[in-house]
This record gives sequence, C-alpha cells and structure tokens, in this order.
Amino acid sequence: MRTITGAGAATALFGVAPLRALAAPRARKVLVVTFGGGARDEETFMPDGQENIPHLLTELIPRSTFFTQVSNHGILGHYVATASLATGVYETFNNFAAVPPDHPTVFEYFRRDLKRPATDTWVVAPSNGFNRIGESEQRSYGRGAGVVLPKRLLAAALSSGGAVEYQHLLRDNYETPLYAPEISGNGVELPQLADLLKLSVSDFTGHARNLASPDELSVYVAKELMRQLAPSLLWITLHDMDVAHAGCYSLYIDGIRRTDRLCAEIWKAVESNPEYAGKTTMFILPDFGRDSDLESGGNGFQHHRTGDALSRTTWMLVTGPSARENVVVDRPVQSLDLVPTLGSLLGFDARYAQGRPLAEVT
Amino acid sequence: MLPSELQPGQFQSYPPEGRKLAARNVALLQQLPPVFLPLLLKEIIVYDWRFPAEREELDRQLSYLDALPPGDRQRLLAGFAGLRISPELQSHDWVNQPARFEEDLAAYLWATHQIDAFRAASMEYLRKIDAARPREALAARRLGIVVVGQGVTETRYPLFRKMRKEGTYFTNVQRDQGVRSLLDVVAARARAHPISYAHWYIDGGAAETGGEGITAVSYGALAPVRAVLLDKMQRAIQSGIGGPEALRTMLAELRPEDLGMSGAPSNAVLNRFQISVLTEGSGTQIFSTTFVQWAAREAWRRAQPLTLLARYAPRQRQRPMNELIADHGDDRQLPDPEGSLVDADMGAYYTWLNQQRLPDAEQSSFLVWFEGHAEALAISPALPRGTESASVIDLKALLEQIA
Repeated sequence: MRTITGAGAATALFGVAPLRALAAPRARKVLVVTFGGGARDEETFMPDGQENIPHLLTELIPRSTFFTQVSNHGILGHYVATASLATGVYETFNNFAAVPPDHPTVFEYFRRDLKRPATDTWVVAPSNGFNRIGESEQRSYGRGAGVVLPKRLLAAALSSGGAVEYQHLLRDNYETPLYAPEISGNGVELPQLADLLKLSVSDFTGHARNLASPDELSVYVAKELMRQLAPSLLWITLHDMDVAHAGCYSLYIDGIRRTDRLCAEIWKAVESNPEYAGKTTMFILPDFGRDSDLESGGNGFQHHRTGDALSRTTWMLVTGPSARENVVVDRPVQSLDLVPTLGSLLGFDARYAQGRPLAEVT
Repeated sequence: MLPSELQPGQFQSYPPEGRKLAARNVALLQQLPPVFLPLLLKEIIVYDWRFPAEREELDRQLSYLDALPPGDRQRLLAGFAGLRISPELQSHDWVNQPARFEEDLAAYLWATHQIDAFRAASMEYLRKIDAARPREALAARRLGIVVVGQGVTETRYPLFRKMRKEGTYFTNVQRDQGVRSLLDVVAARARAHPISYAHWYIDGGAAETGGEGITAVSYGALAPVRAVLLDKMQRAIQSGIGGPEALRTMLAELRPEDLGMSGAPSNAVLNRFQISVLTEGSGTQIFSTTFVQWAAREAWRRAQPLTLLARYAPRQRQRPMNELIADHGDDRQLPDPEGSLVDADMGAYYTWLNQQRLPDAEQSSFLVWFEGHAEALAISPALPRGTESASVIDLKALLEQIA
C-alpha cells in the first residue's frame, strides 16, 4: 500500500531515461495544491498584495523554483479548469455538470503506467462539483484517484444530529452561491473513508467543529491521508477564496490569507512525515486568476468572466528535491504543462496531454 | 433562422416601445451578423424599461449603424461575423429569447476557444461607437460621493490606498451634519438640474430622506423583496430546476409584481432596475456592501447620472464553518463593521472607476468619506493629485471646492 521503495542506485549510475522511468519514480512523491479558486496578482504578489501571502513569500518561495507567467487559455470555471490541469488538455464540458473529464487524468496515467494501487493517489476537493475529477471515461484508462469531498462527508456525519444548516454547508459553488449540484459518481463515502483513515466519525466531526472553513477541513483530511496511506500522488484543491463571487473584498482577502497559511501547513506536514520528507515535490498554483479592475466587462476581483490577461495569467511554485531553490523562471509557460511535468517526474507517459514538461523541474 | 429572414411581425412579444423600435429598424437588423443581432435584440426587448440615457445610447447606436455604408458596417462587425456558431444556436429562438441565446452563446464561445476573439470584437466595436459619439456638454460636471465605514470607531486599515495617487487625501475633515450635509448637496443639484434619473442616492441600510428629484434605492427598503426572491430561488433549486443556467433564466424573467413590487408603468423603470440589481448581481441579495457596490456600478453604467451618493452600511457577518455546525442560530444577522469597511473601501474605488468610464470623466469629481471620522479623499480637476492635506475643512466646503 505504501510506497517504500528507495531511490535505486541505478539512477545515479545510468541516469538515462529508461531506467529513470523505472527506478526513480517509486520513491518520489508529489503533492499538487491548487491555490483556488482564483486569486489575482494584485492581492498576492504585487506590492500591496504581499501582506496577504507572508508564508509563500518568506517560507516557500525562497526554497522554490517559481514560475512567474503561467497562462490558462481554457474555460475559466473552477471544475473544468481544475480538470484541465489534471488532464493536461483544455477540457470543454459544462463547468456545472457532474461529468468526468473527456481525457485521461494524471491519476489514470500514474496508476496505469506505474501499476499503482487505488490507495496510492487521492484527490481532496471542497465542492460536490469536483466529484468526477478522479478519472475519465476513456476506455483504455478509467482507473484513477479516489475523490474525497470533506464537506459532503461532514454533512453526512452530522445528519443524524440534525444540528447543521445543510444549505450553508453545501453551498460550495461560489459561482452560483445558492445552487448546490446533486452529487453523483464515485466520491468516497464516510464509512469507507473512516475505515481507510482509521478515524471514527465522532473524531472527524469533533475536528470539524474546531475548523473555520472548508479548506481547513480539506487540509485536515489530506494530512490524515498522508499519515495513514501515504499516497505518492496527492491533489488538494483549495477553494475558500472563491467566496469573492459574493462581492465582499474582505472575505476574499481572508480566503487568500487562509490559503497562504494552509499551503505552509501542508509543506510542514510533508517535512515532518518520514514517508514524505526529502522525497516530495510540491506544486502550488492557482487554477486561474480573476478579472482586472480595469476591464469594463467585469467587476474586478468578484468574478472571472472576461477572459482578460489578468484572469488567465498566474504563477506556479515548485518546491522539493525536484526543484532548485530560489530560482525565478520568467519565461511564459502554460498550466497544461503541469501533467507532462508530473509524468516526467514520476515516470509515466501523459500521452494525450498537450503541454510540455518543464525543464526546470527534474 | 438567419437575420435576413427577420420580419417586422416577429416582434409581437416585445413591449410596445421596443416593438416599434425593432420594426422601424428591421431593414438594418436583417443585415447584421448572426452572433451580433441577438445581442442587440436583447437591448431592444427591454427598451421600455430602460433609463433615458440607455434609450438615447441605443437609438444613437442604431442610427450610426444604419448610416454606415454597407462596406464600412461589414468592416466594423467583421469580428463578430467571423465567429462560428453551432446549428443549435442558429436554430435558437433568438428573436423572442435573446437573453437565453446570449447565455448559450457565451458557453459555446468558451468551449470553442472563441471567447478571446469575441472579446476583441466587442472592444473594437465599443471603441468605434464611442469615438462616433457626439460630444455634448453635460448639464453639470458629474459628482460621485461614497460614504464608508458606518459603525466603525477605529481602524488600522489603510483607507483609500488605491485612489490616493489620483487625488488629495484630507485628514482633518469636520463632520458638521455628516451624511445630511452630503444629501443636501445632492438635493441642491437635483433642484438645479431637474433631469429624470440624474441624481441618485443608494444606501446599504435604511435610507435617509432624500428629497425631490433624487432617485433613492436602499437595501433596507428592499428587505421584503429580497425575502421573496430568496424564497423563490430556494424553491426553484429544491424543485430541481436543472442547474445554474436555468436558475439564472428564471431570475431574468421575474417581473416586479412577482416579487411584491408595484407593476405600475410609472414605477416600471426603477423597479426593473432594482430587480436587476438583485437578480443579476451575485451576492447582492445577501450582503449589503455588495448591493451598494453593484447598484452604484449599474446606476453609473445605465442611467449615467450627474450625481451619485452611495453610502455603505455594515453587512451581516459571514459565519465560519464551526459556527454553522454549532448552529446557535441567534447571531447569524450580527453585523461585521470592520469587514464592511474593507468591502466599502474597495467598492469606493470601483465606484470611481465606473464613473471614469462615462463621458466627460476628466471633468468629473469624486469624494469618499470615512463616516464619522476626519478622513476623506477627493479627486477633482480642481485638486492636486497624490497629495495630503491636514487643513481643517468641513464636508460642505470640500464639496463646494470640487463640484
């Protein structure tokens, strides 16, 4: 179940592609964290915004390779854009439909090419709408990641107590704040997860009662997964800041600050876990940005509807043994490059992905 | 159906003024690209409920397009004509349901990677339409006023940060009669320039008495309408309405009387405006700060008033997840003055930006005041930019200086 293989000596001796693909990947682990749903440079890396991301700036970026121009030319809806990140292809399905991606996901490439068990890759996502992101319907693939939707689990856990405003709790799609899609597909249910994580339902709800936001719950679940199953490929989709759709700037800023803190927490969990420390590369990137204040067709930070340059251009931070420290890469890259880069790192062939491996991450 | 097949009799479902406008321009409409025409019809179908400025704008646009030689018109609209659309969109009932067409078109353009081309075509079209606009002097220089921070006694938040380089930051403003003195200035301008929908007062709480000639909109006064609207939305969702698009379509079709408002023609324009703020603005139903920002944006954009006073009030607090789980239920309506101040500070910046998008923006003036405090920022051709003033000045004198 756990990946325990050490880095093979052959890698050092014959550091060429065929052996790298076979030997090195089994020791490597990868975390992908989407800094979602959507933050602008103004509120993050521009001078006035830097106060909102102290952890990224002082703890993570000095230890990272930082890509300053990551563009997304696809549909700027959170589910379809995150699915595009996970397939390496600009997916074109309805953002609000509970459908799987059209192309194989990184989780399917990983499991099929490397013959990994289901427990070795997971997605933790905040929204019911993400429950089909783990695997496509491609006939030759289709075995991907288990998807954990912590808020849904919490709602299930609390249903017997009846002491929760379910509509608020399930209001997970900030783009349509009063609409919660029906769940369907292959999300992991509470008893199954409790069993996997050796976590009682009362422990789970007890922790949730002390957490302020859905993203904190997601990170809690992700850390439990790391502790109990130590998956080699873990994808965490953060989403709190998308409360911006409600139009309250202060709530959007709170969301960014929380996400900044949670990213540092995740990295601390990596470094303090022997299964992960020293062999884990973490990628942090927004799924996309938000509209510019100067774009008359939009309403600034509130939405991501105009497709302007600010909403399409973000950044990516890569830290861990596969990235050099304190390096800034200014050349333009695409968000589609993520999956081929993961392929090159872990040793699978992302054959349908349209991006290119990033040479700076090896 | 193709635009060339359009006939005057097909506008029967349009309200009377819109129907006449469409029928009068049918020869022009027949020549417009299939992507562009429904977007124009979307404006025409609601012509009866538009503000005078919007009607003038649409009339002028139609006249401009009609007067262009065919070759020039083709060049102007080439960006739209070059977009591919699906057979489903072509067979859409875009004459009677142009808003639904627009929604489906947007999804199609995103899915086919044509949204950037559409955006470029739209920007080019608007640029040329704007360049062709006759330069007429306004009855008065435009004045925007925003009041932020109600209920905040002390803050360390750096107010007006995004606008300081544009104007003068005053640190010793005397409050005198506060909001009342601002409303008096609005009322005086309304008396001096008695033009329909030219002077607005938007309040995030319960509105103060405005005065004759002032168009007043408030979050407080719309409480019963918001309650009915939220109830309708919840019911629609629970009935399995079929997704966010269907929900938006349902909202777009609501009439004033559906929400307990007067359906009388004399109130139609303003009531329709208020409904659009609540149904088209995300978060306006729930947070008063969002309501004020969006209402001010829409008032500038649509009514193009000479005077606009927007006053923020504390919005309800967003409860964290652990409180929702505990569900004490007794504090959900507690206000969040400090968070509302941050919202309003950004909202003031957006109100200024939207004012800058209107004709004669370079002559306009803008004031934002931290309610009950000595801090204000004024932007005006009469004041230096990027400076700070500690001079003692009262609100009325400050307004006289800039307006």
